[in-house]
Amino acid sequence: MTSTRVVPLAGASRPVRSLGWWGIWMVVLTEGAFFAFLLFSYFYTGSLARGAWPPHGNPELTLTSVNTAILLASSGVLWWGDRSLHKGHTRRLMIALAVTIVLGVVFLGVQGVEYSRKAFGPDADAYGSLFFTITGFHGAHVAVGIIMLATTLVRAWRGHFAPTRRVGVTVTAIYWHFVDVVWLVVFTSLYVSPHLGVL
Amino acid sequence: MTTETVRLQDVGQLERTWETPRTIRGWLSTVDHKRIGVRYLVTAFVFLLLGGIEAGAIRAQLARPELHLLSAQLYNELFTMHGVTMLFLYAAPVLSGFSNYFWPLLIGARDMAFPRLNAFSYWVFVLAGIFLYTSFLVGQAPNGGWFAYTPLTEAAYTPGLNLDYYTLGLLFLGISTTVGAINFIVTLITLRAPGLSINRLPIFMWGTLTTSVSVLFAMPALSAACVMLFLDRRAGMHFFDPAAGGSTLLWQHLFWIFGHPWVYVVVLPAMGLVSTIIPVFSRRPLVAYPLVALSTVATGILGFGVWAHHMFAAGLPDISMSFFSAASMVIAIPSGVAFAAWIATIWTGRPTMRVPFLFMLGFLVLFVVGGVSGVMVGVIPFDWQVTDSYFVVAHLHYVLLGINLFPVVGACYYWLPKITGRMLSERLGRWAFWLMFIGMNVTFFPMHILGLLGMPRRIYTYPLGAGWGTLNLTESAGTVVLVTGIVVFLVSVGVSLRRGAPAGANPWGASTLEWSLPSPPPAYNFAVIPTVRSRHPLWEDRVGDSGTHAPSELERGAVLDEGRETVGTTMLDAEPVAVLRMPGDSLWPLLTALAIALLFCGLLVPSVPISVAGATAIIACVIAWLWPERAELRAGAENSR
Repeated sequence: MTSTRVVPLAGASRPVRSLGWWGIWMVVLTEGAFFAFLLFSYFYTGSLARGAWPPHGNPELTLTSVNTAILLASSGVLWWGDRSLHKGHTRRLMIALAVTIVLGVVFLGVQGVEYSRKAFGPDADAYGSLFFTITGFHGAHVAVGIIMLATTLVRAWRGHFAPTRRVGVTVTAIYWHFVDVVWLVVFTSLYVSPHLGVL
Repeated sequence: MTTETVRLQDVGQLERTWETPRTIRGWLSTVDHKRIGVRYLVTAFVFLLLGGIEAGAIRAQLARPELHLLSAQLYNELFTMHGVTMLFLYAAPVLSGFSNYFWPLLIGARDMAFPRLNAFSYWVFVLAGIFLYTSFLVGQAPNGGWFAYTPLTEAAYTPGLNLDYYTLGLLFLGISTTVGAINFIVTLITLRAPGLSINRLPIFMWGTLTTSVSVLFAMPALSAACVMLFLDRRAGMHFFDPAAGGSTLLWQHLFWIFGHPWVYVVVLPAMGLVSTIIPVFSRRPLVAYPLVALSTVATGILGFGVWAHHMFAAGLPDISMSFFSAASMVIAIPSGVAFAAWIATIWTGRPTMRVPFLFMLGFLVLFVVGGVSGVMVGVIPFDWQVTDSYFVVAHLHYVLLGINLFPVVGACYYWLPKITGRMLSERLGRWAFWLMFIGMNVTFFPMHILGLLGMPRRIYTYPLGAGWGTLNLTESAGTVVLVTGIVVFLVSVGVSLRRGAPAGANPWGASTLEWSLPSPPPAYNFAVIPTVRSRHPLWEDRVGDSGTHAPSELERGAVLDEGRETVGTTMLDAEPVAVLRMPGDSLWPLLTALAIALLFCGLLVPSVPISVAGATAIIACVIAWLWPERAELRAGAENSR
């Protein structure tokens, strides 16, 4: 990518991180904080709720559990692709990127199905606003991740990557894993915690 | 890495590599952190003037009881935009300006870690500022106060675009602040000159580093709040609507979780300026450097634990109010440590009364007044008494003018000679200082009394019988003096640019790396990458700071003139581990910023086609920006990982 490139010195005592690696971790920290504040708002509002929380009954778990598994699997596939690049198997990298994209699109599709099954909308009440905004923002992050994966796939196909030049893959992978971890937290908070009677 | 001495005739290659062509395209595409820093400074001062004009209108309206110079509605817009402008478009960006210009110079690097992101962050800042100010053109400027409390700011009570400008404008500006913070952090971690270990950082950098980390965690709270308010207003959602299970207090929590750290964002780097300038004019190193650095970091961390002291009158549980009151007392301790260090530095030094030092002395006085009134409002019963009164207005202006504006103007007198190559007039500087100092106190000190007398903030006028007329008139007169002082300062800058005495490399006899360079510094900053072996590389012969080490080497080092190159070092010890090849000038940062502006305009109108066009343009611009150039692909090894 056209950003600062790191060329390690011959005598460097330890492996050198790329600036892209540092940069994406900073993005992950600040984006993570953004989701933390959204979830803070969810629990804050829930703790003040006078009636039942969630007001429309506990969310259905089955479909979303499958969807969670799909997203986790995509992270595994991408990890395998990244490892393959380390060994110089760029074809495997491309396969992994393509599969990850497909799984990401399936995740968004299933999320759409779940949205359509909800009896309430984002303008129903505060819970609806929180539910759709939090899952919607996560979905938007998945969409951005898919664009990054697709760009990385095109670059891989054009031969941009090799075991010694793979910052673009690293950055995309860190972001994608982050989006998955955020989903685990969102899933636990919005779907699982009501069943545990946390609030 | 080859170590060579560069003589004057050898820098031609560096010049050709780093110089931005003097064309319109060059102007729009430059990534030179020095030019970006100057742009930040100039733009921030333009916003200071706009915010000052708004303040002037407010003070004119309040000069006498029952005046009607302004309509109540316009008055609301003016005080809101005054706050928004000063806090978001002046106070933080002006510090980013100094940081941008001096960050690489202080650490012996040739640019920031992400030069294009740096250009991008400036363009987003200026476009977000313009976006916010176009609200005046349509007569619907934000009018809910700078902290925009719900439910007043909900669509039911404030229809129109006013608050949509606010939420979208702050979301837009937040992008600039966040990427700027990331750039400062990563630059500091990776680009310090060999030997510039973390314990040798120039003290100014601890302020901006702490601030940048705070921004990463605080800014998302404001962004989340603005997203929610926008959705409440535009999509019929109910985050802050108690009738539908929401909470109006949620806005206050989110806003102040952001807002209090933000106070430290606009003061900690300025306190870093103070810790930089006081030692130079006291002719000795800062007393207790490690304690001052630690107190800076501690203030940044504690700053996240005091937000509810802005909400003492909102009806929180006693136990949580006690906690936040105690935390607010505790946060005075690190400030006290820094203050003691400054006093001790002056006490044990040989102070020279030049203009930058005068501004630091002014700062010390204002810091005490603002700090003491801060501790006072940290006490819950006292806070209840003065909440939403002019006492709070007095406190926050002593803090913000005292700890931001005075150090900033002092730093201009200190650092502008490096930036422009010309000294500023001492005589005009003294006039500017005394006018500003007297004007500041005459304007804001009476507000303490008015607050205790019960004058509420944000009222558009007040009755004749209230007995507030004399003090208000005094304040308005003080504003004239204060503004005159700022004008004298700006005039002195203009005079200096035209016929200031040449500054030379180190007019103040200061100790940090930027003063080893010519004034103004060349495009490539350092002809060779220096090796630093002490906290005061230019004072080593005087203070024996390097101890048993060899002295710092500023004349010999890596030349790295085969491209835009600088040295990458390890995080703590700054051992050289890599050569960094940096990207050059590019139009993509500007185009990406314009695409984001398009998206925000689409959301404001609202117009789906414009929004979609904006979003698509953003994606296209970012991909084009990051797409490698052919030369890079040929260049072989990219990175280790």
